[in-house]
Amino acid sequence: MELSSSLFGKLLKRTRTAIPTGAMFNVGITIILAVLLMAVFAPLISPYDPTRATPDILKPPSSSHLMGTNQIGQDILSRVIYGSRIILMVVLSATIISMAVGIPLGIYSGFIGGRADRTLSMVMDSIYAFPSLILAIAIASVLGPSPLNTAISLAVVYIPTYYRMTRGQTLSLREQLFVEAARSMGAGKLYIMRKHILPNLLPTVLVVFTLSAADAIITEAGLSYLGLSVTPPTPDWGYDLRAGQGYFTTGYWWISFFPGLMITLLALGFALVGEAMGEKISIASK
Amino acid sequence: MGSLARYLVIRALAIIPTILILYTLVFIILRILPGDPILAVLGTKNIPPDQLENLRRMAGLDKPLYIQYFSYLFNFLRGDFGVTITFPSGVPISTYIAQRFPATLELAICGFIVSIVIGLGTGALAAVKKGTKIDGALKLYSILAYVTFIPLLGMVLQYIFGVYLKWLPIAQRIDPGLAPSSVTGLYVLDSLLTANWAALRSSVLHLILPSITLGIVLSGAYTRLLRNNMVEVLSSDFIRSYYSRGIRERKINWYALKNAFLPVVTYMGLQFAILLGGMVLTESTFSWPGMGTFIVERLDYRDYTSIQAAIIFFAFIVGLISLIVDAVYALLDPRIRY
Repeated sequence: MELSSSLFGKLLKRTRTAIPTGAMFNVGITIILAVLLMAVFAPLISPYDPTRATPDILKPPSSSHLMGTNQIGQDILSRVIYGSRIILMVVLSATIISMAVGIPLGIYSGFIGGRADRTLSMVMDSIYAFPSLILAIAIASVLGPSPLNTAISLAVVYIPTYYRMTRGQTLSLREQLFVEAARSMGAGKLYIMRKHILPNLLPTVLVVFTLSAADAIITEAGLSYLGLSVTPPTPDWGYDLRAGQGYFTTGYWWISFFPGLMITLLALGFALVGEAMGEKISIASK
Repeated sequence: MGSLARYLVIRALAIIPTILILYTLVFIILRILPGDPILAVLGTKNIPPDQLENLRRMAGLDKPLYIQYFSYLFNFLRGDFGVTITFPSGVPISTYIAQRFPATLELAICGFIVSIVIGLGTGALAAVKKGTKIDGALKLYSILAYVTFIPLLGMVLQYIFGVYLKWLPIAQRIDPGLAPSSVTGLYVLDSLLTANWAALRSSVLHLILPSITLGIVLSGAYTRLLRNNMVEVLSSDFIRSYYSRGIRERKINWYALKNAFLPVVTYMGLQFAILLGGMVLTESTFSWPGMGTFIVERLDYRDYTSIQAAIIFFAFIVGLISLIVDAVYALLDPRIRY
């Protein structure tokens, strides 16, 4: 499997599918990088202080306020720029925790099997079947509203995704000749799992990461939309969308529209990259 | 006992562990994780000790954990979901759920139907037009639908059809004072049963925007799934033999659609669970008085027992849905029997 090393190189080449895979990948990665840069350089590029209330309330988009201002005179563009920080931080840290728990459990389950595997699978399948937003609400409601607790809730919700994928892949890798060969040369179970199973999982992990990150972005935004993440005046896309919702139908559409657009755009970026990589992998494995 | 009946009974028994696991999971999260759930939910430590003790007793938290676990489960199965502990306190939660669940069910069914209609239509079109610009556009649609944030889409639709064109209502289930006398709690069904045409018109109009919002977001997965299945079926031997026998293309496409549909059914159970998650956001956006807004309202009042009851209720519903999907699948595919 030389796939993992040259994956990105292959992704950039065009293939003959309905939408060129390369184009999907390029658009997606551009969106992700743009939001990432926005988050890192927020203090440099945002035109105003995102939390400062001014008398300029409910101003429509103009040259001085590109995305307008909200009901307490905060600049929407500055809030959108700063808002990228929380969502990225929450989703990325949640994903790292999910992976750190889900992948080792999945390898163990798939490779060793037995009663522990059956029990774990049953628990993970049950969590997987439960609506992720409702489960996240349950956890977040007990832990209390804060970005850290949102990250913990999301981490729990997405562990089964990584577990199921890893377990399935391990089941098929276990039967491969190179694992057989390693075993015949006296390699221990732990060694095989670490040196032969884990590296071969990486391409799939990458695809699942991007697709579940897209999902996690929507769930994070949902939690903060419901008031379970940040407290004002912290800029946050989901929360800001909620705060402007009452004004939307009276014509002040810009307060909610731009944060909402950013949520969808960022999720789209991850989904496009995931789709493109997924297509590449399934083509490569045929 | 017939083989189909036996299959359903075995499946029904197999659902029990799933429900128990979900119940246990929710129980662990809500009871054991952060120490005292009442304090955690109230978020303040300035409560007089005797009042705290009273709240704990109302929530059943004064008993040992294992007794709480079994007595809550037992009461739940009898339809006793406990009482609210904050404003208005002491109200049986079952009265709220009896009011709110039919609203959620009605919207969920309509959203589900919309998602199937859009998903199957676009999926079949993409499969027939495989490799063309239409196929590409529909692929983009399926990705976009999947990542669309429900409140954003809902608000845009509210603005266009509710505020600008003034065609459709943007909040609540029905116009004030029109609610039909309750038989099932589903307003459309109730107004049909009681021949209340004004209520029927109003409830259908109120259902349109939230159903479309929910339906669009959920349709993307079906578009993709049906397209891929149907492309596969269209290249199989029996389809080629239809062509060789000179059967019209429209008819062949119809046969292919029917065969591609079966795998979609298994996916519907999972999709319905996703739909219930999306319901919370849809209900919030459209002020729909269902289970989702119930959870959000009780979160505002920090009413721990109501949140717990609503979430465990959802766990039962998820189990029930996977049973229904199994049954539908068995009915459609005669090969599935024990």
